[in-house]
Amino acid sequence: MPDDRELQDTGASNQLLGDRFPGMAATDEAIMAVSTEHNEGDDILARKPLGFLFWFAVVWVAVVFLAAILANLLPLQDMNFQNYSALNQGPSSAHWLGTDDLGRDLLSRLIFGSRVSLVVGFCGVAIGLLVGGTAGLVSGYKGGKLDISLNAVSFIILAFPAIVAVIAIVTFWGASLFHITIILGVGTIPLMFRVIRASSLSFAQRDFVIAAKTMGATDTRIVFREILPNVVPVMVTFSLITVAGIIVIEGTLAFLGLSVHLPIPSWGNLINEGTSNNALATNPYILMWPALSMFLLLWSINLIGDRLRQRFDIREGLL
Amino acid sequence: MIGRHRGHRPLEFKDVGSHDGPLLVVEDLHTSFRTGRGTVRAVDGVSFEVHEGRTLGIVGESGSGKTVLSRSIMGLLPPRDVIRSGTVHFGGHELSSMSETQLRAVWGAELSMIFQDPMTALNPVKRIGVQIAESLVLHLDMDKKEAQTTAVELLRSVGIPSPEERVRWYPFQLSGGMRQRVMIAIALACAPRLVLADEPTTGLDVTVQAQILDLLADLQRERHMAVILVTHDLGVVATRADDIIVMYAGRIVERAPTRILFSDTKMPYTRALMDSIPRLADPSGARLDAIAGRPPDLIHPPPGCRFAPRCQYAQDKCRESEPPLRTVGSPDHLFACWFPLVDGVSTAPPVKVGIGRSDRPAAAVDTPDPEASA
Repeated sequence: MPDDRELQDTGASNQLLGDRFPGMAATDEAIMAVSTEHNEGDDILARKPLGFLFWFAVVWVAVVFLAAILANLLPLQDMNFQNYSALNQGPSSAHWLGTDDLGRDLLSRLIFGSRVSLVVGFCGVAIGLLVGGTAGLVSGYKGGKLDISLNAVSFIILAFPAIVAVIAIVTFWGASLFHITIILGVGTIPLMFRVIRASSLSFAQRDFVIAAKTMGATDTRIVFREILPNVVPVMVTFSLITVAGIIVIEGTLAFLGLSVHLPIPSWGNLINEGTSNNALATNPYILMWPALSMFLLLWSINLIGDRLRQRFDIREGLL
Repeated sequence: MIGRHRGHRPLEFKDVGSHDGPLLVVEDLHTSFRTGRGTVRAVDGVSFEVHEGRTLGIVGESGSGKTVLSRSIMGLLPPRDVIRSGTVHFGGHELSSMSETQLRAVWGAELSMIFQDPMTALNPVKRIGVQIAESLVLHLDMDKKEAQTTAVELLRSVGIPSPEERVRWYPFQLSGGMRQRVMIAIALACAPRLVLADEPTTGLDVTVQAQILDLLADLQRERHMAVILVTHDLGVVATRADDIIVMYAGRIVERAPTRILFSDTKMPYTRALMDSIPRLADPSGARLDAIAGRPPDLIHPPPGCRFAPRCQYAQDKCRESEPPLRTVGSPDHLFACWFPLVDGVSTAPPVKVGIGRSDRPAAAVDTPDPEASA
């Protein structure tokens, strides 16, 4: 069909189409024309700038992660050195963020603490997503006996008192960063499963899934190519909330002596220290810095995700 | 231009081409759904054939079983609470007994479907080019690049301007009519032998409907496909189908070549469907001739003719025994009615005064003298 292509290139195709499909110029073509105006050139996504907040969030996330990675190289004070002449001090030039009730530098504890928290939070969620997410996708799409049994399993895990389970496991297995990450990750599997299953279920009977099936797509292909891309927004949002949840739970475990042993800090156990021994009244900084850092981190990730979605979401788009 | 890909098709199923006789043979197909209230017989003993390159129109009201019938032919029914019997032969192979894995080789490649609502039948988060190319890679063993080029050609063949650019677009960037063109491109990508179009234009506005149907007809002629056009609109099939099946309450009530169906309607239901199409020539404010009542409950269908409760010519016989699908004269023209229409008037005896229902005075007026029509 070389002729056809030539016509296309010279822009005469519209005329050709007009002949073949009278009335098209008035309807579809008009809409096409409007869409094209918005989508000049190749980049259909070039739109309004991302804004100051977005870049602030990006910088914050970068700072937190870089500080955690480079903690050993930074000129920080010893996080465990107890300076009894400087207890419960506010921010100063010697201690940028102040000291705690044992005179330890809060900045270095905050930064070293972020290492544990970030690893536990993000790796834990990754485990939950990988196992629970996959199971949820398949279960929601396939339904039937598989769905019923996976559901039952998820309820059993959810019904089990988590703290008791963790105490038992840690006692026999020993508390380390690796073990705690695995345990908390496994703990999030049923949560991830339930949320992603529900989302997958809502797409499983959509016309486009059935249409893919009528084109000969296999189940694996349908789950990962048709359903998964639609479930991703839910996945990301819920994962971020779970990261915060895990970081706090790790702190609780640390408080009970079931996590990484004190005095190694983590955001979770800093928050715990900040709320125990009347510290909230005498020195609110202990609680404030890790809580603020975590809030800003999660808010930033959420905001970045949201802005990127607004910009790239092909469903909201221009309409 | 697309047909050339048939050459390196990897599937053995291509053998259907050499098969003699009708492309699709549906025999005594029953499809029922188990529900809390009882068994719904959505399709109840349907038989028909479709020959290569022909167009069959299936017409009926909402709830007459036409969509279930098309899904049942495809084998797309939910796995649970469905009872299906009867056989579907496609190109000499029995579809109704195939496993899903076997069906997958047929779906898309030989037998494909165009869905009613192009807004929901395209994946919102995938570029249309990718959606078209997928089945090409799957069934025709093309590499990605080749599939992408073919996708562009397909988009062009369904009348989408500047397809090179549009393959990278997402469904939301297209209008409803354009999306339905994309759906057609997807369904036709692997040059199937039979396309089931389930109300392909219902979700579109009227000006676009005609374009889409014309496009489908053009492509059908070009590629020698058979098409089953399922619709509730007799007007849609009137000029486009070779044969028409009229369904009511899960059964075929009339089946004839299109011209005969319109010129010599036998079944009062078909007549009523035709009368219910609004005409531009009618004075404004004229009432539409709607068919009174609703389609029957398919859990407990009425005894006798299922249309009898709504039929203005219904007799006692109609309410007692079920009319078989039979012919009078032309062997192509089947209908299920004890008192078929002749030249548009019923052969039923006039309703006796006192027995006739008071809520249907029209029956007495419309029913002519039996001597006159005989």
